[in-house]
Amino acid sequence: MRYVDEFRDSAKASILVREIEALVATMDIPDERPLNIMEVCGGHTHSIFRYGVEGMLPKQIELVHGPGCPVCVLPMGRVDDCVAIAEQKHVIFTTFGDAMRVPGSRKSLLQAKADGADVRMVYSPIDALALARANPTREVVFFGLGFETTMPSTALTILQAEKDDVTNFSVFCNHITIVPTIKAILDSPDLKLDGFLGPGHVSMVIGTAPYEFIARFYRKPMVIAGFEPLDILQSIWMVLKQIKEGRVEIENQYARVVPEGGNSAALRAVARVYELREFFEWRGLGSIDHSGVRLRDAYARFDAERKFAIPNLRIADPKSCQCGEVLKGVIKPWQCKVFGTACTPERPLGALMVSSEGACAAYYQYGGVKRHEAAE
Amino acid sequence: MCLGIPGRIEKIDDFDWNLATVDVGGVKRQVNIACVVSDEHPASSCVGNWVLIHVGFAMSRIDETEAAETLRILTELGEAQAELEAMRLSAD
Repeated sequence: MRYVDEFRDSAKASILVREIEALVATMDIPDERPLNIMEVCGGHTHSIFRYGVEGMLPKQIELVHGPGCPVCVLPMGRVDDCVAIAEQKHVIFTTFGDAMRVPGSRKSLLQAKADGADVRMVYSPIDALALARANPTREVVFFGLGFETTMPSTALTILQAEKDDVTNFSVFCNHITIVPTIKAILDSPDLKLDGFLGPGHVSMVIGTAPYEFIARFYRKPMVIAGFEPLDILQSIWMVLKQIKEGRVEIENQYARVVPEGGNSAALRAVARVYELREFFEWRGLGSIDHSGVRLRDAYARFDAERKFAIPNLRIADPKSCQCGEVLKGVIKPWQCKVFGTACTPERPLGALMVSSEGACAAYYQYGGVKRHEAAE
Repeated sequence: MCLGIPGRIEKIDDFDWNLATVDVGGVKRQVNIACVVSDEHPASSCVGNWVLIHVGFAMSRIDETEAAETLRILTELGEAQAELEAMRLSAD
């Protein structure tokens, strides 16, 4: 347990690890069929790799790194659309920095910028709106990206633009929603999951009720977890405890940030501005029904998809990439043929290498060294 | 962008628009506090409160201990530095 020493409270971590071991010892889990627990959220994935949580767990527990990194699941076709908008002469294209290096089929936004497009990194959609006010002769487009955590901020910015009647501001909406995604994962035939660590900050917005179907219809336990390694260990223990006791419930380990009912002001803004798309394309996972949102007709004038001609093409993932299989937990990052060779954080081929919250980049950066070496 | 960053509300800049200045690890920045303001918690009562901020919007009230703890882990993950850098760049 070499990593435990790095914890601020290593005594507590050791106790939790011992409790997990003790619980697993009573559960009679066959070696050839370990318990698969998926952390849905990329923030958890990052924390799990940074603190080496996997290496602290008994071998009967496998962590499956889920699709909850919105940058990583962005399909190439949508990046191409961004580039096409950004390359129009009168456009200032604004984006979170995380999305700059995501590869499109022709180029990334970073490359588009190098080639002369006016692409600017912003911290917040409010900053994009401020740019629109400051540049009335230009069209300012904000690249709306993320799950429910960032969905309200884009919605509130659009509401602000409406009130102030800013006519040169629009959003290229790529927001995605977590529940249909989890459902698609549960319906996937090649996945055998035994439980979930639920996302922390998405749940802060949507609350705990939307996950009830996971327990009721799929009979899988979920524990909404904080990002501290201690939170993650405790949440894994809570999932195991449910399995041991034959319970399936949605539990909330992160109640200090996640209220049961979510954030009502945020949910109101989301409901007002967006409607579900029939389907949305995901890198690696393909098309998932109702998994994305677009702007309602009432906000059409702020919708970059209607304001600009975009290619809107489906572009297949590179053949050598196995992001989809990694996302679904079918293979580990280092089992991908191009991991660490053709695909590195400096030159990402697949999306999971792009963001530090992607399983491959996290694995590359911190090494799941022990398991990687053991397998070779 | 997903993990957010804790900040302390220093002053309310605009009550109508729920805009406030927060201190995030020494960086001052205006954020929107509409999502943490309610009838029970009007904007006027928010000064001095710690909040978790996602891309310029306060999304959750947290206590001071939680704020310190969250900032520590975000720093260890390298996310706090990235977030502060993004704020600085965006302010230019």
